[in-house]
Amino acid sequence: MNALDALSLLLVGAGAGFFLVGSIGLLRLPDLLSRLHALTKADNLGLGLVVAGLALQAESLRQVLQLGLVWALVLFSGSIACYLLAHAETASTPVEPETRDGE
Amino acid sequence: MAAALWAMAGLVLFSLVVGLLRVERGPGPGDRLIAAQLLGSGAVAILLLLAFATGEAALVDAALVLALLAGVALVVFVRRGGGGEAP
Amino acid sequence: MASEVQAFDLLLAVLLLWLAWRALASADLFKAVVQYIVFGLLLALAWIRLGAPDVALAEAAIGAGLAGALLLDTLARIGRAGVRDEARPLRLTRRRAGVALAVVGLAAALVAVLLALPPAMPGLSAEAMAQLERSGVSNPVTATLLNYRAHDTLLEIGVLLLAVLGVWVLDAEPRLDQAEAPAPLHWLVRVLLPLAVVVGGYLLWVGAHAPGGAFQGGALLAAGGVLLHLARPFALGSGWLVRLAAVGGFAVFLLVGLAMLLLGGGFLHFPPGQAGTWILLIETAAMLSIALMLVVLFVGRSRGAG
Repeated sequence: MNALDALSLLLVGAGAGFFLVGSIGLLRLPDLLSRLHALTKADNLGLGLVVAGLALQAESLRQVLQLGLVWALVLFSGSIACYLLAHAETASTPVEPETRDGE
Repeated sequence: MAAALWAMAGLVLFSLVVGLLRVERGPGPGDRLIAAQLLGSGAVAILLLLAFATGEAALVDAALVLALLAGVALVVFVRRGGGGEAP
Repeated sequence: MASEVQAFDLLLAVLLLWLAWRALASADLFKAVVQYIVFGLLLALAWIRLGAPDVALAEAAIGAGLAGALLLDTLARIGRAGVRDEARPLRLTRRRAGVALAVVGLAAALVAVLLALPPAMPGLSAEAMAQLERSGVSNPVTATLLNYRAHDTLLEIGVLLLAVLGVWVLDAEPRLDQAEAPAPLHWLVRVLLPLAVVVGGYLLWVGAHAPGGAFQGGALLAAGGVLLHLARPFALGSGWLVRLAAVGGFAVFLLVGLAMLLLGGGFLHFPPGQAGTWILLIETAAMLSIALMLVVLFVGRSRGAG
C-alpha cells in the first residue's frame, strides 16, 4: 500500500470515527440542543473527512468536484434544517443554561 | 484497499446502529428526526465509500440524490408545527 | 464473498428486519413514521447490494424524501403527532399467534424454494442484452422499462394518474395557519430547487446509459417542489394547465405508441434507428408529469394558499 492509500485510509478512518463519536454523543447527551451539536459534528467533520480521503482516490477532477458537491450539499441542507429545528425549539421555550451545580 | 473501504463502510453502518437507538428512545419528535438526519448523512458516507470500493460510479449519483433530500423531513416537521415542545 | 462484505451485508439485513418490526410495532405513530423513513434509507443501501442502482436511486428519492414528507405532513394535519395509537402495540392473542405461525411457515417455505433455485437463472437477460443496440439506449434497465416492456411503464404512469385523480376527488384540506418561513428556509429553497431541477434533468439524461431515468428525475424534481411549497405555500388547484401537465406524460406515451402503430410497426414498437429519440421524448414528458403528480399528492387540493 503506498503513501496515498495510507493517507486516504487515515482520513476515511478519522471520518468514520467522527460518525461514531457523533452517534455516541447523540445517545448520551441530555437534551435536544446538545444532541444537535453532536449531530453537526458527525455531519460536517465525519462526512468531510470521508470525502477528503476518497478525493485522494479519485480518478479525475470531475470526481473530486462531485464528491465536494455532495459534502457541500449535506453541509448546507443539514445546517439549515438543524437551525430551523433549534429555532423552533428555542423560540417557544426559554433555554435554561445547565450548570454542573445542578441549577 | 477495497477491503479496507468495506471495513470503513461497516464501521459507519455500525455507528448508525447507535443512532437508531435514539430514534427508538426519543423522547421527543425532534430527537428522533435528528437521529434520522444522522442516518441520512451516514448513508451518504456509506454510498461514497461503496462507490470507491466497488468502482460503481452510479453510487455517487445516489449519494448526490440523498444529499439533496437530506433535510426535507426536518423541514416538513418544523413547518408543520413541530419543535417547541421541549420535554 | 470477502468477510468484510459479508459482515456489512449481515449487519444491514439485521437492521432492516429490526426496523421493519419496530416501524409496525411502535406504539407512538411519530416514532413509527421516522423508523419507516430510516427503513427507506437502509433499503436504498440494500438495493445497491442487490445490484439494482436504478431502484436504489428511486428509493432514495421516494422513500427517504417524498414518502417521509407526506407521512409527516399527514401526521401533523390529523393531529396525531404525539398521540399513541390505541391499536398499538399489538398484543399477542391466540388467533394472532396462529396467523404468525402460518406466516412464518410460508416464509420458511419461500426461503427453502429460493435456496433450492439454481445459482444462475438468466431468464431473458441474454436476449435483452443481445438486442440492446437496437433498443435505442445502452442501460438495460431503461431498455426494459421504455422499450421491451414499455406498455407496463405506460400503465404504471396511468396508475399514478389515477392516484392523483383520487386526491382531486376528495374535499379540499383546511388551510394551515402558518407563520412566515424563517429566512434560512428561503435560502435553502433558493439553492436546492435549481439544483433539484439540474440533477433531475441529469438523471433523466444519464438514464439512457447509466442508472437513472424519468422516474428518479421526476421524484427529485417533486422533492424540490415540496420544499418550495413548505417555504412559500402555493395552491395548485385543478385548473386546465395543471390537468394538462398531469395527464401530459401518459398522453405523450400513449400518442407515441399509437403513432408507432400507425407507422406500421405495432403499438409502442420503435424502429431501431429512432428508438432513442422517441424514448427521450416519452421520458421527458413522463418526468415532468411525474414531478407534478407527486407534488399534487403532497399539496393536495387546498383552499387558497397552504
